[in-house]
Amino acid sequence: MPEVLAEATNVSRVFGRFTAVDGVDLAVGPGEVVGLLGANGAGKTTLIRMLLGLLPASAGAVRLFGQPPSRASRRRVGYLPQSLGLYDDLTIAENAAFSRAVFGGGLGSDPEPLRRYAGVTVRDVPLGVARRAGFAQVLAHAPELLLLDEPTSGVDPLARARLWETISQTAADGAGVIVTTHNMEEAEECTRLVVLAGGRVVAAGTAAQITGQARTAVVRAADWAAALRRLEAAGLRTVLAGPVLRVPGRTVAEVTAALNDLPAELSAEPATLEERFFELVAAG
Amino acid sequence: MTAAWGAEAVSVSFGARRALDQVTVGAPPGQVTAVVGGDGAGKTTLLRCVAGALAPSGGPAGGRVRRPAAGRIGYLPPGPGVYDDLTVAENLRFRSAVYRVPEAAAGPLTGEYLERTGLAAVRDRLAGQLSGGMRRKLAVIAAMLPGPELLVLDEPTTGVDPVSRADLWWLIARAAADGAAVLMSTTYLDEAARAAHVLVLDAGRPLAAGTPAEIVAAVPGTIAVRPGPPADADERRRAWRRAGTWRVWQPDGVPAAGSVRPDLQDAVCVAALRAELERAGLAGAHA
Repeated sequence: MPEVLAEATNVSRVFGRFTAVDGVDLAVGPGEVVGLLGANGAGKTTLIRMLLGLLPASAGAVRLFGQPPSRASRRRVGYLPQSLGLYDDLTIAENAAFSRAVFGGGLGSDPEPLRRYAGVTVRDVPLGVARRAGFAQVLAHAPELLLLDEPTSGVDPLARARLWETISQTAADGAGVIVTTHNMEEAEECTRLVVLAGGRVVAAGTAAQITGQARTAVVRAADWAAALRRLEAAGLRTVLAGPVLRVPGRTVAEVTAALNDLPAELSAEPATLEERFFELVAAG
Repeated sequence: MTAAWGAEAVSVSFGARRALDQVTVGAPPGQVTAVVGGDGAGKTTLLRCVAGALAPSGGPAGGRVRRPAAGRIGYLPPGPGVYDDLTVAENLRFRSAVYRVPEAAAGPLTGEYLERTGLAAVRDRLAGQLSGGMRRKLAVIAAMLPGPELLVLDEPTTGVDPVSRADLWWLIARAAADGAAVLMSTTYLDEAARAAHVLVLDAGRPLAAGTPAEIVAAVPGTIAVRPGPPADADERRRAWRRAGTWRVWQPDGVPAAGSVRPDLQDAVCVAALRAELERAGLAGAHA
């Protein structure tokens, strides 16, 4: 088994005068789940399209299974778009039969919810079931590399946990997985994260490594609305979090000064992944 | 404090399908209340009822809704919520006219909102040409125009990138700080944890409700952390994956080494598991 399933080496992509991806390195090996994080326009989709061989790189090299992307290498890849790529007017069972006829793959054993909805058209099943059907379909030909675009968007927390059981089991069985996501809960499921901003990699590592020692000032004020107004007036970006206000990347001293004698209890707490993400994107 | 807007024991049926079954939610002024659930949980139906876009089924027996006069409600429907063939400025001017908000009042506020959320530079662009996140921000600003007493937002952040999401949360916090009762739906629990009150819906029924701290405190038993999925079939039914490890709900467990203090995400998973076990008639449902 190759050590690296998909690899981008110093890859760039230019559209006219716009550089969408700028010297990115990315490698995914068997058993890994790599999360791609970034705002819109950060270059995630362009990078994925280059990895799939759908878009040539302007500079740098892309290799799938040790070779430049080709029709043959595409057979070994599974891609699940956010829109799932199912036919709305076919039943769950008809979609599966169609996909197997086109892409190959065994009959496998469908999870229980799919059997229950086998005869129902895709447009009439709950989104969680449609997502499971999309997963079953993309896994049917046993791909060695899996690309998932926002795989659990719109489903409830337990259904999300169950979809992640499938993703991690696929990785444990030896596949490499690349996930693009906007959801920090989902990002924390990945074995490794790559944060993109302005087409460049601005951070890479586990969620804990990326969050690192970053701190957030936390404000507990009886009159949170007044505290919010003062902090905003002082130019501090403030986030409402239930009964408290969080001011990422700021010290207690800075926040105390901005509150200007408004009674409040202050503390410094570890930053969340999302808060750290903003600092990185702002700096990148 | 004035009494909360909201719905009391509201039921809605579409044909034979019960979309909402006796659901209660309060939206107090100056606070954010979040309705959480997956696709099909009943979030949109509940929000439409509260906003006045849909009546509960079966007359008075279908429950009661308390809402301010229509002109004092801001509502973001599911979908774009803006006119694609009007520019950003035209969208806001049209909405101001509909709400009869005088230009002198609307102008400075929308100016500030557009500036703060990065929309000021695209004032003259057609809404249909904006990114998904920008359109959502514009739609929320439009809903905030009347300075509403009740602001109902149907999934304002779904599918939106994290940077736009932060801008949307700034708008939501601003509306609450200005005194609006904000009632919003979301599929993300990290967002729900930012709200003062949370209602978790599943298949049209309440799964849990209260402040995030109350929902967490109401989790019966304990939650154990395991490196892999449990081998025991009974435990496997009460287990879910989270951040690379497995969590197992033990309905009659006592806190011990290896158990974690639940957060909102754990609490909602336990509530969903209980409902699932109950439907299947299995033990552990009535802990």
